[in-house]
Amino acid sequence: MTTSTVTTSAPGRGATPTEPGRGRGSRIEHNRQRWGWFFLTPFAIVFLVFLVAPLGYAFWMSLHTSTLAAGESFTGIANYQRAFTDPLFLEGLLRVGKFVVVMVPIQIGIALAAALVLDTLATRLSKFSRLMIFAPYAIPGMIGALMWGFLYSPRFGPATDLFELFGATAPSFLASGTVFGSLVNIVTWQWSGYYMIIIFAALRGIDPAIYEAARIDGANGWQTALRIKVPMISSALVMVVIFSLIGTLQFFTEPAVLRTVAPGAIPADYTPNMYAFALAFSYSQFNYASTIAFALGIVVFVFSYVFLYLTRKKSGLK
Amino acid sequence: MEGIRRSARRPMAVAASAVAVTALAACGGSDGGSGGSGSASGESCTNEIVNADAPQVSVWAWYPAFEQVVDNFNETNDDVQICWTNAGQGADEYTKFSTALEAGSGAPDVIMLEAEVLSTFTIRDGLVDLSEYGAGELEGEFTEGAWSDVTNGDAIYAVPVDGGPMGMLYREDIFAEYGVEVPTTWEEFATAAQALKDAGYEGYITNFPTNGNAFIHALMAQKGWEPFTYDAAAPTEIGIAVDTEPAQEVLSYWEGLVDEGLVSTDEAFTADYNTSLVDGTYAVYLAAAWGPGYLQGLSDADEEATWRAAPIPQWEGEEPTQINWGGSTFAVTSQADDPELAAQVAMGIFGTEEAWDIGIEEAALFPLWKPVLESDGFATREYEFFDGQQIQQDVFLEAASGYQGFTFAPFQTYVYDQQTQQLFAMVEGSVDSAGALAGFEKSLVDYATAQGFTVTE
Repeated sequence: MTTSTVTTSAPGRGATPTEPGRGRGSRIEHNRQRWGWFFLTPFAIVFLVFLVAPLGYAFWMSLHTSTLAAGESFTGIANYQRAFTDPLFLEGLLRVGKFVVVMVPIQIGIALAAALVLDTLATRLSKFSRLMIFAPYAIPGMIGALMWGFLYSPRFGPATDLFELFGATAPSFLASGTVFGSLVNIVTWQWSGYYMIIIFAALRGIDPAIYEAARIDGANGWQTALRIKVPMISSALVMVVIFSLIGTLQFFTEPAVLRTVAPGAIPADYTPNMYAFALAFSYSQFNYASTIAFALGIVVFVFSYVFLYLTRKKSGLK
Repeated sequence: MEGIRRSARRPMAVAASAVAVTALAACGGSDGGSGGSGSASGESCTNEIVNADAPQVSVWAWYPAFEQVVDNFNETNDDVQICWTNAGQGADEYTKFSTALEAGSGAPDVIMLEAEVLSTFTIRDGLVDLSEYGAGELEGEFTEGAWSDVTNGDAIYAVPVDGGPMGMLYREDIFAEYGVEVPTTWEEFATAAQALKDAGYEGYITNFPTNGNAFIHALMAQKGWEPFTYDAAAPTEIGIAVDTEPAQEVLSYWEGLVDEGLVSTDEAFTADYNTSLVDGTYAVYLAAAWGPGYLQGLSDADEEATWRAAPIPQWEGEEPTQINWGGSTFAVTSQADDPELAAQVAMGIFGTEEAWDIGIEEAALFPLWKPVLESDGFATREYEFFDGQQIQQDVFLEAASGYQGFTFAPFQTYVYDQQTQQLFAMVEGSVDSAGALAGFEKSLVDYATAQGFTVTE
């Protein structure tokens, strides 16, 4: 996207269209590049100091092994071999994999449905609904998770009273069997609105004349939605799925917060990110924690790449 | 005591919502604030520096009402001043300290630590041996158990401050209402649990928290459980004997109570648990000496409640054994600019009766310092919460003097996490108590081996 804006906003090329001007043009081009670098410098410094350098340092750490009793030594990729055979890490990956399978379709499904409905309505109610669906995203993840922790509580939450109305006993939302669903619920509540806004914005970008043409051709509302709108926003959908995929693989905040009320059902190594956190800050294994973080990074990269490759036609990236 | 209850807590993931790779690597000592600056500047102290010319010693501590203790110290000392920061309670503070040790800077000069984590930091060379600075002379001022918790051979790694000798706080009104005798042994305790239920009491005699950490350790230690043998002088060797007879007996006792629905299994230190403690859901709170202070700080209390303190139940036919849960110390960190001055502060903060007046009155601490511990004033102190009962004399003084000390692992956080997982599996019914202990032991042996220890089982 950025590149396209740069090229279109380059009138210089139009000003020197002829071959003889090439020498001058390249000097201007050169000059422009220098200024480009100049304006890039503040960002580049921040980027190098706060992203590239720490990444490099973390990678360097991940090549060392430090144990409580034996001290630190350089071990090359031994940590990575250990990570990809570490049952705790693999279980965590499998768990976030399950979250991906369950959570991503639910979130995107809800977001898409809401966006399509809101796109066809044009009443004041639709504006209000749009805001309300988006609102959970405006609540910081920490606060949202804490709040849900209370809602799930058998004593403070509404479930106990609600179930009592029907003479039933409320299930425990924080037992080891149910905590998965409870987490899916929190994340869906929080993120669906955000994805809905992205999809909605993409829908608004479609030329209404197309709908008119479809109507003249005899398409009904369903057909317009599924055959016209959805295909036309497929690149936005791909982007939203990628967001959702990466976010889910890096799952951390919600389980980490719920862990304070359900430490039994959510062990310290529930997700790979939580495992890395526990290793570094609870068990003082900074080196291995860096390895886990990198290993997760590799997995996220592979997943995202495969997904983008599979959807390259739809996303418009090809 | 407000602080120590959190000992059982997991580090809150507040600042860590996005543990990116960068966060892991770049977390340096940015949190420390005053850390390491020792005598450099007082600008980040929470307290006012009284004597600006004197060198300063930075201190991390989370005691309630600690500011008054610091002010008292600073007003009465011309040659040194305390620069105090509250770096979080328990695990929160340890996380910061651990990170500072890894980073090589950012730790304070003096730090409040629970006795259970001392070896976690000595193995990382994080603490200074105080015997060089005259701490040995203090030995006579503390009970044997308290002293053994902070020492290892000749090395002294911390100065004891407050303790957590255990007793049983119970709802006299509930026991009276249902006509049940207050138990003095664990056997009677189980009978009383059944009797309360039979008589129509809708709550539970007590709660068995799977994340009880040090509390669960203490219950098992009462039968003679000694899970770890560890000597800081030989830091690469550790003995692990978790799955032993005392542990099996204690755990199967609780498993029985859980299976019969006589005790609840709520996670401790959550809002639910706090409310249950004071609203009559639990008839008994098996507590440390800081427990009364904790209870008083909770809201939603049942106003009709009549609390009394009694000694912790004992096992029938066995020598009465006293146990301890929590308690804290002051240690000098290896990053202290002037270890001698820091040691002087660590030994001096709670080394006066004025400081302890504040500690007992305001913070409800249980002193380990004998001049106060053994004073008549403390023994005969009447507690309004217990309608004037002299709880120290009745319960906790004896518990404190009978406590023999306990050896913790140099990776105690991991131990607690594993214990929680196994106990949770046990109360959910996926393993029995024997299986839980076997799994617990195996996980620790594997971990210690991977960490390079020579493990003897």
